[in-house]
Amino acid sequence: MTAAALPRRGDRTLPRPLESAIEFLRLLSKRPSGLIGFIGILFFLTLAFVAPLFVPNQESGDVTQLYETPSLQHLLGTDNAGRDVLNQIVQGGKEIMSVALITAFLTTLVATVLGSISALIGGRFDAALVAIADILLTVPPLIVLIVISALARPTNFLALALVLSLLGWAGLMRQVRAQVLTLKERDYVEAARSLDLGLIHIVFREILPNMRSYIVIHFVLAMTGAIYAQVALIILGLVPFSGKNWALMLYFAQTQGAFYFKDAFWFVFSPILAIILLQLSLVLFVNALEDIFNPRLRSS
Amino acid sequence: MSVVDTTVVGRPLIELDGVSRSFKVPGGVITAVDSVSLAIGAGEALCIVGESGCGKTTTGRMLAGILRPTGGRLIYEGQDVWAKRGTDLSAFRRAVQLVHQDPYASLNPTRTIFQTLSAPIYRHKKAKGNRDAVNRVRHLLQVVGLTPPDDFLGKYPHQLSGGQRQRVAIARALTVDPRLIVADEAVSMVDVSIRISLLNLLLGLRNEMGVSIVLITHDLAVARYFAREGRIGVMYLGRMVELARSEALVSDPAHPYSAALIAAIPEADPNITRSKDRVMLKTAEVPSLLALPPGCTFHPRCPLAEEGLCDVLVPALLPLPGGSPREVACHVAIRERQPAAELLA
Amino acid sequence: MTPILSVRDLSIDYRTRRGPVHAVRDVSFDIAKGETVAIIGESGSGKTTLAVSLIRLSPRSAKIVKGRILYTNDRETVDIRTLPDDELRQYRWSECAMVFQAALNSFNPVINIWEQFADTARAHGLKDSKKIHARAQELLDLVHLDPKRVLTAYPHELSGGMKQRVLIALSLMLEPQLIILDEPTTALDILTQRSIIDLLGTLRKRLGFSMIFISHDLSIAAELADRMITMYAGTVVERASVTDLFYRPRHPYSVGLLRAVPRVSGAMGAVASIPGSPPDLIRLPPGCTYAPRCPLAIPACSEREPDLLPVDMPDHDARCILWKTVAEQVGNAEVAVAEKIATA
Repeated sequence: MTAAALPRRGDRTLPRPLESAIEFLRLLSKRPSGLIGFIGILFFLTLAFVAPLFVPNQESGDVTQLYETPSLQHLLGTDNAGRDVLNQIVQGGKEIMSVALITAFLTTLVATVLGSISALIGGRFDAALVAIADILLTVPPLIVLIVISALARPTNFLALALVLSLLGWAGLMRQVRAQVLTLKERDYVEAARSLDLGLIHIVFREILPNMRSYIVIHFVLAMTGAIYAQVALIILGLVPFSGKNWALMLYFAQTQGAFYFKDAFWFVFSPILAIILLQLSLVLFVNALEDIFNPRLRSS
Repeated sequence: MSVVDTTVVGRPLIELDGVSRSFKVPGGVITAVDSVSLAIGAGEALCIVGESGCGKTTTGRMLAGILRPTGGRLIYEGQDVWAKRGTDLSAFRRAVQLVHQDPYASLNPTRTIFQTLSAPIYRHKKAKGNRDAVNRVRHLLQVVGLTPPDDFLGKYPHQLSGGQRQRVAIARALTVDPRLIVADEAVSMVDVSIRISLLNLLLGLRNEMGVSIVLITHDLAVARYFAREGRIGVMYLGRMVELARSEALVSDPAHPYSAALIAAIPEADPNITRSKDRVMLKTAEVPSLLALPPGCTFHPRCPLAEEGLCDVLVPALLPLPGGSPREVACHVAIRERQPAAELLA
Repeated sequence: MTPILSVRDLSIDYRTRRGPVHAVRDVSFDIAKGETVAIIGESGSGKTTLAVSLIRLSPRSAKIVKGRILYTNDRETVDIRTLPDDELRQYRWSECAMVFQAALNSFNPVINIWEQFADTARAHGLKDSKKIHARAQELLDLVHLDPKRVLTAYPHELSGGMKQRVLIALSLMLEPQLIILDEPTTALDILTQRSIIDLLGTLRKRLGFSMIFISHDLSIAAELADRMITMYAGTVVERASVTDLFYRPRHPYSVGLLRAVPRVSGAMGAVASIPGSPPDLIRLPPGCTYAPRCPLAIPACSEREPDLLPVDMPDHDARCILWKTVAEQVGNAEVAVAEKIATA
């Protein structure tokens, strides 16, 4: 690749993000499972955030159609109060995905910042932070989750996201720290120090860009973790939610005894299927990402 | 420890004054560098050679201010570097730059050549605006022989060969107008057929820009070529055992270790190499840095070693009388006033 | 006398996303009993691909597209390419053994040296532990190592030189006729290099095996080789006796390489690098692959890749249509090329 035009601060012929995006899609297209995952994620994002704009919320149902099996009118049947299941699926993705996205974002941000600073500063600060992270990692996550939820009583999804983030940063923080400790010893970082380029430059221009793939992959994995955690908390009834949510559908199914009705199969199965397919898409996508970001596996 | 300046005229640019560096390891303390004194003048080309474990890389990194000595002083332009603070210390760091050995690790893979070279230019305000910065980068690329420069600005390191990457690393060192460049095995991982061109580039920097160059290498042939108008320092187990002009060292080594090395080197010339006389060492075992022999650390292997002298007293690096100014750390050579090569013949 | 190994028109391609990489192209050479041949080349020359193909250890993405590798011992001649698996296992190590570069993790780090010997022995049919132990001691003595100290040690406890000696000892276990050594002295200190070179010379005299060296280091060829082959961009560019190649080369790449390596002894001479870089092995330039870097190149060079042509000395071939011009430049004197060009 040659720079045909006079380069400005790092510019090339196409804007960097666009060129990277095109290259990324090209690499992804060579990995079918990853492509499927990516399409799945796009589908669910659309379903969760765009579809509700077009599909009105159905509050009450037709009590004459309890636990109906799927038909042209109700593609996924109805629930215990006659409400359309498909409608609930469409409405119920937003909260779950929002919590997943926010949690993943917060966890990744906190873990990256703490991990980098800890590795660069070292000394007692580092030792203290690592000790805290270790403690968080040793305690069984579900127990801590339950305890924290009981104490904090999150009543909306933002609060739940915060609670989940409190728990999730420890593992990634340790890994980021390990990566930064390694990268800090690289020759080009040493050169940057000798050229007196400054700590900010070293962190943001030398070290973090070499961890891009790491951070993206962990972001996606944090999403899967957050989804599992949410579902667990909600099904166990530990979170006093109202509103639309796939996990809530399962909670209600459980409390209403829907597991014992053969006709309620679609009411129970639909949210499970949605959750599984979403997780699967995320995981397939992450697998392909690891492949793409590893230059040695890439062989291009 | 006094430093005897054999070839440097006037005040040296940078000096190692009895510099030592120790490391704590499981098992004890390793003295990687032991009381090394070396004065380097402005515009000098000097080579430090030795085998693995001799401390040459540690010495180079102390020269560049990357490692702090645990003993002795590093003196730059007459002042103790590590007594400086803040901006003075940063100024020193910029004045001495290190070029690393591994061309595949010395450049940030996520940044283009332009980004890598322009960062120090912007940071230290060496350019007035973007256009000036680009021109400066272009100029540097031309100086290091990467032409046409525009072909390289937008490239990433993985798109360049090993030799080209080393040139970029040298260009990066030049962005801050250094007075001294320490090249730590900078040609060892590059193809054989292009090593000479890189060495010529470094020598060209000295000739044209007055930059002093210290080349660290284990390859005596490379050292001889590079330092042919300068000096070579030979290190063994953390000490400087000989410091001499290149041709004198190669034809008439003063220290028995240097003599053994030169006699042992396989050469790219069948007649010469198959008929070389060897210097037989008493043992092939190299002592561990954790348990150095007393006195002269070379004495267990040295064919000239004298009991009661070499195993007791550490030899100082002293001038040896003779045609070419040189220093050697060998009791026997100094006493006999003759280079070891002659004593061994 | 039949050569023990005869390689004919060997061509090997690697599959990659961008297309096939022609790593080895039309390589032919012989090696006689007791002879030592050095294959010298730089990165991208194809020498390592060639070496591992001789014992069929190439990675799966490598494919031999053409040629034969004929191995002859007292009983028969076989083509290594088509050997069935059980015969291949016998060929490997008891007929032909390979010594890898010690610095490049050639040892299993979690087992000690005795177990490395035992594993190798058992893999090739020796089962008696006592016999294996005796043989291991014998071999370590041969390479001047103390068996008591070395057998119980782990690889990381040994120095580079010691590890290289152990690899040599392992290769000799089944008394092979042919040993292939990949960069045996690279990354070793000077004094250690010297001891390994001397050791190989002594072992060769004692045990009479043939050796193939793969290296970028001309000096090991100068020390030990009888014949030498220079490789460039996957093909043989010159084949000659070692003195012929060092003092009377007939290919511009050989001349360039010899000039690019400084020496410690003797006059410095006109040392110079070769400008440019090796070609892309996927899209090779037309005609002679060295032409873009060659100071003597004429238009005819880029039309057709030359064959290996015999030159004015016996048993000496060069892949260059202008070899006579090269001959005029370097003459025949037994003096280093760099010196000859300096005084010319």
